[in-house]
Amino acid sequence: MIDFGFKINPSSTLDLDKADLTLYNKLVRMEPEARMCMACGSCSATCMSAEYSGMSVRKVLLALQRGKDVSMMLSNCMLCGKCTMVCPRGINTRHLILSLCRIYDKEGLK
Amino acid sequence: MIHQGKKVIWSDYQKEIPDDHWFYARSCIRQNFFPASEKYFLKITKELLGKAICDNEHHTTCGGIAYHSDTIPQETAMTIIARQFAIMTEAGYENLVVSCITSFGNYNETIETWREFPELEAKIRENLWKACRREFKIPKYVAHASDLIYRFRNEIAEKARYNLIDRHTGQPLKIVEHIGCHYSKMFPHKGFGGAEYPCVLSGMVESWGGQIIDYPERRHCCGYGFRQYHVKANRGYSLSNTYKKFESMEPYHPDAIITNCPGCPYFLDRWQYVISEQTGKTYGQNGYGIPVLTYEELAGLVLGYDPWDLGLQIHQVAVEPLLDKIGIEYDPEAKYLGVNKEDILRPELPTNLKCH
Repeated sequence: MIDFGFKINPSSTLDLDKADLTLYNKLVRMEPEARMCMACGSCSATCMSAEYSGMSVRKVLLALQRGKDVSMMLSNCMLCGKCTMVCPRGINTRHLILSLCRIYDKEGLK
Repeated sequence: MIHQGKKVIWSDYQKEIPDDHWFYARSCIRQNFFPASEKYFLKITKELLGKAICDNEHHTTCGGIAYHSDTIPQETAMTIIARQFAIMTEAGYENLVVSCITSFGNYNETIETWREFPELEAKIRENLWKACRREFKIPKYVAHASDLIYRFRNEIAEKARYNLIDRHTGQPLKIVEHIGCHYSKMFPHKGFGGAEYPCVLSGMVESWGGQIIDYPERRHCCGYGFRQYHVKANRGYSLSNTYKKFESMEPYHPDAIITNCPGCPYFLDRWQYVISEQTGKTYGQNGYGIPVLTYEELAGLVLGYDPWDLGLQIHQVAVEPLLDKIGIEYDPEAKYLGVNKEDILRPELPTNLKCH
């Protein structure tokens, strides 16, 4: 292959028709509250590890809805539960993260 | 085709084009990229249609590339444009026909800016007088050269020797039209069909027997975008834009692409080679690419001019499959014979993109 000094950048286009929503659907079956998230970002704002690791429950849910892998983000969660305390929709985000970890464990994806 | 909804609204974007007496502003890069296009525009309009078009050797670049690359300020670009207007005024013309889409956008931008800020126009007049002792009148009409060919498309169709029909199947050729961004995205009322449904090229293709392909990324930029291509670090972005367009048009199997901008045909043509080298993918049939033509080249082909006189050997993508489909006679041996039948040498062949 000729090296031109530049290459085709991967597209950032999201094709929701092609997104694999298996993980998200499994999570919703275990944690129906996941559908209540309105992506306000309160969880991200209060997260102690967000600044250093990029962890964010809001991002986790968004990524799952787009069929993306979130295992890296999950591994940064300290399960402190502060996000649960501030969620305006009353979602038990800590439990949601734990359930997601269980799905990853069960699927052998971790 | 059923015209409804927005298409009906945008069909109101029409403009009057004077029949005759035009001052021609050439493009700086088209003459290098597609050297015969401007020559054949003049040949078609002057010799075939008998129009009075002034081709003046004293005008220069419009400064568009430098302006859009942020290397000269707008006032400098305006003064360069004012000089072009002065040359047109001195030649006794009031209608300006512009070869380049970037220039067309710049001329319109300048005129609109002066309309909004008359004090700026006065300053530019002063700058021009100080620089070269010239005065100018603002053109009555500014048209793009493709507007003129669109205006005379039916006359060209009457004189055409070939139609855009696949002689093997009898079906119209499937053509992708690509309009330069600065044609009507900046000033929708300056283009036929506005920004969303510009019909300047699709009108030509349909008049000459072809069929237009509508595909998802039809109005996407070709990828040139001055600051994307000219800065090497951004060049991957330029390539990715073109790649996105080709991926989008691929399922429709277009036979050719027609464009009206200097950069678009160049990048849609050359990037096919780069994509083929980087991914191994080609978009035409049997390992060929999709031929990319300027509107003058396509007009020249239907009128029966020799493909090699039209400069089609300068293209990266081989045009022979298209010529065979239309049934145009050509001499393969003469492809790399230049003026006076001198050998202009053969280019190195790509690894994956099939060429002659």
